[in-house]
Amino acid sequence: MSGAAPAIEARGLTRHFGDLVAVDRLDMRVPKGSIYGFLGPNGCGKSTTIRMLCGLLLPTAGAAYVLGVDVRRDPEALKSRIGYMTQRFSLYDDLSVAENLRFMSEIYRLPRRRRRPAIEAQLKRFRLKDRRNQLAGSLSGGQRQRLALAAVTLHRPELLFLDEPTSAVDPESRREFWEMLFDMVDDGATALVTTHFMDEAERCHALAILNEGSLVASGSPKTLMAELPASVVEVETGNPRAVREFLLRFEPVIDVAQLGSRLHALVTPELPEPVAVLAAALERDGLDATLRRVGPNLEDVFVMATQGG
Amino acid sequence: MLSATRILAIARKEFFHLRRDRLTGGMVAGIPIVMTLLFGYAINHDVRNLRAMVVDEANTSASRALVADAAASQVIRIVGRAGSPGALEEMIASAEISVGIHVPPDFEERLAHGTPPYIQVLADDSDPVVLNAMRGLNGLAVGPAARQPGAVEIRPLYNPERRTAVFIVPGLCGVILTLTMVLFTSIAVVRERERGNLELIITTPVRALELMTGKIIPYIFIGYIQITLILILGMWLFDVPVRGDLEDFYLGAGVFVISILSLGLLISTAAETQFQAFQMTFMSFLPQLLLSGFMFPFEGMPRAVQYLSEAFPLTHFLRIVRGVILRDASLPMLTADLWPLALFFLVVMSIAILRFRKRLD
Repeated sequence: MSGAAPAIEARGLTRHFGDLVAVDRLDMRVPKGSIYGFLGPNGCGKSTTIRMLCGLLLPTAGAAYVLGVDVRRDPEALKSRIGYMTQRFSLYDDLSVAENLRFMSEIYRLPRRRRRPAIEAQLKRFRLKDRRNQLAGSLSGGQRQRLALAAVTLHRPELLFLDEPTSAVDPESRREFWEMLFDMVDDGATALVTTHFMDEAERCHALAILNEGSLVASGSPKTLMAELPASVVEVETGNPRAVREFLLRFEPVIDVAQLGSRLHALVTPELPEPVAVLAAALERDGLDATLRRVGPNLEDVFVMATQGG
Repeated sequence: MLSATRILAIARKEFFHLRRDRLTGGMVAGIPIVMTLLFGYAINHDVRNLRAMVVDEANTSASRALVADAAASQVIRIVGRAGSPGALEEMIASAEISVGIHVPPDFEERLAHGTPPYIQVLADDSDPVVLNAMRGLNGLAVGPAARQPGAVEIRPLYNPERRTAVFIVPGLCGVILTLTMVLFTSIAVVRERERGNLELIITTPVRALELMTGKIIPYIFIGYIQITLILILGMWLFDVPVRGDLEDFYLGAGVFVISILSLGLLISTAAETQFQAFQMTFMSFLPQLLLSGFMFPFEGMPRAVQYLSEAFPLTHFLRIVRGVILRDASLPMLTADLWPLALFFLVVMSIAILRFRKRLD
């Protein structure tokens, strides 16, 4: 798999909007047959990158080859081979489920005799059979998302771009969605998915974390967690606000994330015995807390990668 | 290669939108009906029953016949007699009457010696409509008087009753379509942009020409529905005579419809929001309404404005439709106005397709 040509290869990909640098010298490589996760705060350049890779936006500088096609030169050669599910539902609200799918099957010029079976198969696969005559605008969030996915995979694209596909759906639909995504990848497709959910990120074969247009971390979730340049100390306390404020001012602490009643303090790795040092400091300040050293999770990786420094 | 499948897919989808969008659907029939009634009834250039008074200082049989003749035209209604020309002027100034007719005492002598003016018509020309009407009455008064009173009448060839509706309604086909066709198409594309559908469409392999052609097809049908509606209303309510061949009319209308649809598409490539599309549509509509010869006589406009209006589809369609409907002209006689429409379509459609980018930047 790693020896084959990659599905996506970008080098120094850059996009300016006036003075704003939306994407800054991005290098990325997505192997075929994998799910590649795109993480980053809102406005970090994820959508802009996807649009450049789809040929919808011209890069200001740099190069991108998608399925071997230079997106600056021949984006049209790419379009029948990719599927792009936009962040916002972009099918027609005033068309029914079946009408939307029929429209897409004709736009992608599926052979006439294959259209109907293909649509039926999608309706079944995405559990939309009962909804076939319902207008898309009246579907629930999860149903819409399934319809969008059905439409974008109808022509069996080799590469899928999914921009926050699960942002508007309930946890059960999210789980379903990921099962379907794994099915499609098993069938040979490649997917680039943006998400804000760490549990989803953890399911990806590889991740890229973007911050302010730049790639700040990339690799498999496991590697990213193993190679986190910080020690993680879990803090349990009855007064998380005060403890967090104190820790943020405490020199060796890089950042603090709150997970319910617990805090994760990211401490510089140079500090020996971080638990003892932090515990002593908190005690000096009269703050009550139980501390223990834990292994990093993806949230820690994300916080570490996207914090200002 | 263009794909018929894709073009038809877009056309069908567009029909679905129309069927489910009640507002636009209502506008398809509503605008022609409301505008035909408005223009047919309310905006009436017919000047009738202008209040008039007469001072007949000659009081001969010839002068009485002349006054009766003027009254019979129904342009004026004689409401009484005044004592002196001065009294007429006063009553016009106070807006009691619009017209005063003064027959001088030496009317018969003037007639005999052929020394005009034979009579004097005082018109309230603070209202241009009245002045305009009096030009007609003036011809009636002076023309026949030069020969025999009442021997000559004004007899327009195509609209003897001088009813505005006969001129207005065929022209309305063009005016209404210029508004609705441009509005519908520009909105149809911009709405997709606003709702985010366009981002999906441009990610597919569809080509700009396929998209534009598919978008146009349903509106050609809508255009035909509208002109048919206007024509039926015109015939039924306003007795507009249809003298030419309907095939010629529909064929000419088809060329006109695609030419203005291309204008709508061009607007849609420039407008970001539906509101902007609205504004641009009206900006393109108003000069056409005012300068095409629909509202004001083309011949009365300055030369430069005339050249400008030659660039408007409506100008040419007005000539076509009045030719076919009122003068029984056949299409080959109207080639001079057909080719500019075809040229307009080709040029504007090409610009629209070139301007349409399958990109977001």
